Amino acid sequence: MTESEVVIRLRGIRNQFGRQVVHEDLDLDVYRGEIIGVVGGSGTGKSVLLRTIAGLQKPAAGSVDVLGIDVLNADEDTRQKLENRWGVMFQDGALFSSLTVRENVEVPMRAIPGLDPQIRSDLADLKLSMVGLQYLAGDKYPSELSGGMRKRAGLARALALDPDIVFLDEPTAGLDPIGAAAFDELIRDLSHSLGLTVFLVTHDLDTLHATCDRIAVLAERKVLVTGSMADMLEVEHPWVHEYFHGPRARAAVPEKSTKGD
Amino acid sequence: MTHDGDSAGFSLRLDDDSGTIHLGGALTIRTVTALRDELFNVDASTVRCFDLSDVTRLDTAGAWALLDFQKDRCADFQSFIGASSEADSLLRTVENALPQPEEPPQQNTTFKAWLDRFGRRVVSGFMFLRALTAYLGIFLHRLARALRHPSEFKFTSLVHHCEEVGLKAVPIVALMAFLIGVVLAFQGSTQLRQFGAEVFVVDLIAISILRELGILLTAIIVAGRTASAFTAAIGSMKMREEIDAMRTLGLDPGMNLFVPRILALLIMLPILGLIANIAGLFGGALMAWIDLGISPAMFTTRLVEGTAVSHVFVGLVKAPVFAMIIGVVGCHAGMQVQSNAESLGRMTSNAVVTAIFAVIVADAVFSIFFAEIDI
Repeated sequence: MTESEVVIRLRGIRNQFGRQVVHEDLDLDVYRGEIIGVVGGSGTGKSVLLRTIAGLQKPAAGSVDVLGIDVLNADEDTRQKLENRWGVMFQDGALFSSLTVRENVEVPMRAIPGLDPQIRSDLADLKLSMVGLQYLAGDKYPSELSGGMRKRAGLARALALDPDIVFLDEPTAGLDPIGAAAFDELIRDLSHSLGLTVFLVTHDLDTLHATCDRIAVLAERKVLVTGSMADMLEVEHPWVHEYFHGPRARAAVPEKSTKGD
Repeated sequence: MTHDGDSAGFSLRLDDDSGTIHLGGALTIRTVTALRDELFNVDASTVRCFDLSDVTRLDTAGAWALLDFQKDRCADFQSFIGASSEADSLLRTVENALPQPEEPPQQNTTFKAWLDRFGRRVVSGFMFLRALTAYLGIFLHRLARALRHPSEFKFTSLVHHCEEVGLKAVPIVALMAFLIGVVLAFQGSTQLRQFGAEVFVVDLIAISILRELGILLTAIIVAGRTASAFTAAIGSMKMREEIDAMRTLGLDPGMNLFVPRILALLIMLPILGLIANIAGLFGGALMAWIDLGISPAMFTTRLVEGTAVSHVFVGLVKAPVFAMIIGVVGCHAGMQVQSNAESLGRMTSNAVVTAIFAVIVADAVFSIFFAEIDI
């Protein structure tokens, strides 16, 4: 899988807020069809990295190529087209509170010229069903849903246009273990059946273990290492070692690592 | 029979003998509307296969359109052929996810349903009044408790709220009343001049401001300013579970939040009313002097001779009632805020509307009452 096409290519990224440098000289490649998990301590700029790739945060230096397009220097039209090829799920779903869940999923589809409203509504129901929401949930407003359902609805909206890439910001934060495990499985299934490339930012070792093909560790302002879970266990760097060998990690990474994955 | 997917970017051809639909090109969300239309024209009873060999791109929308057509209308459908492995897995995913419509809850639109909704509205209106009365009760009870146990009462908090609702409202209230005085004098003089009765403009200004407008407009401004502030402050505490935290720590929200706020209003609103009266009379006098040549001395004489003190009393006696209404409505609305930000905004605007409305209703009731007892 690692031999395949690169869909996200970051080179020499530098992000800073005031005098505080978050990223410096950061490089990262993401390949088509893989699920990559980005981990790092608090304040290492995981979400900032996601926002940088999705074009919500302009880096001070460096280049961002997504699907072969230079995001930072592309003109409006090209960017617009590119934005239809990726979907972002924010931490709490970020659903529009004045619209029902179905209307939320329909929002990106409104950009498609000539799409019949009835078909649009049916497709929104299909997406909601794909992320495991019940049929009647489409008529509800976001405030009437639980946190887990809001995340699922947010994912449905991110998938509305069958994007090539989805960005997930802390997909399992705030979910109970059963809900989180179900969400992990959902991401894995959808990624396989739709051929999605998934870029997810997480703190959850279980998610990393259950879903990710590759893990990228952010530390010292750059991507310190990338590799599979098994590779991570070999890394000598103190923070990485502590992260993947700490008491919580031992609970999350049991036999599988000894099997060598 | 052939259909060409015109400009849409896909092609569709039905082979009548084998019952196979040959599809080609891109079957995506961009072409799905045209694809559905084309499929609609096909005689579904003869279709047994979809041939996807020439399809260049298939997404969930395309897969959905094919599956929807096949499930709905093709009785003896057999298989999809020529699908790539990705397309095959996509078709399977979509097939598993096809929404199963559930019966929506019965929506009655008859007269009975309307009556049902109407009844519920009326009941909820009365429940709201009952809740307001309950909050008034809580306030009075905690106030009595504060009198018996002064140590539980937060004096600092009272002073702080007096400053917030009283002192800081003085400029806007005074300016508003001054302008109302100016307007009354100006309008009154134009009308009364026709009858040569300009001098009665003093009575007009004095009675309308002292009796009604001074305190009513002050209460409306304070309702807009303070009821919303109460709701927002208490509501955001409710949202962040601070109120629950207070309860678990043995602090009573009634004593700590409601009493200082409503009591501050009770103290400050009559004072603000008095300030409004003075500013209104000043504005009226100034305008009468400029427009009608009624000197300040003459205005004062006329004011003292022609206007009974009972007018001032009738005006200011309403102030504590208005203060209670504004305070109780604001605190009650704050406590109804749920854990989302929308409800905070909704309750804040509700509080303002309810408080202003209730103040005006109370003022009307007072008017009738005073008319009946001839004051």
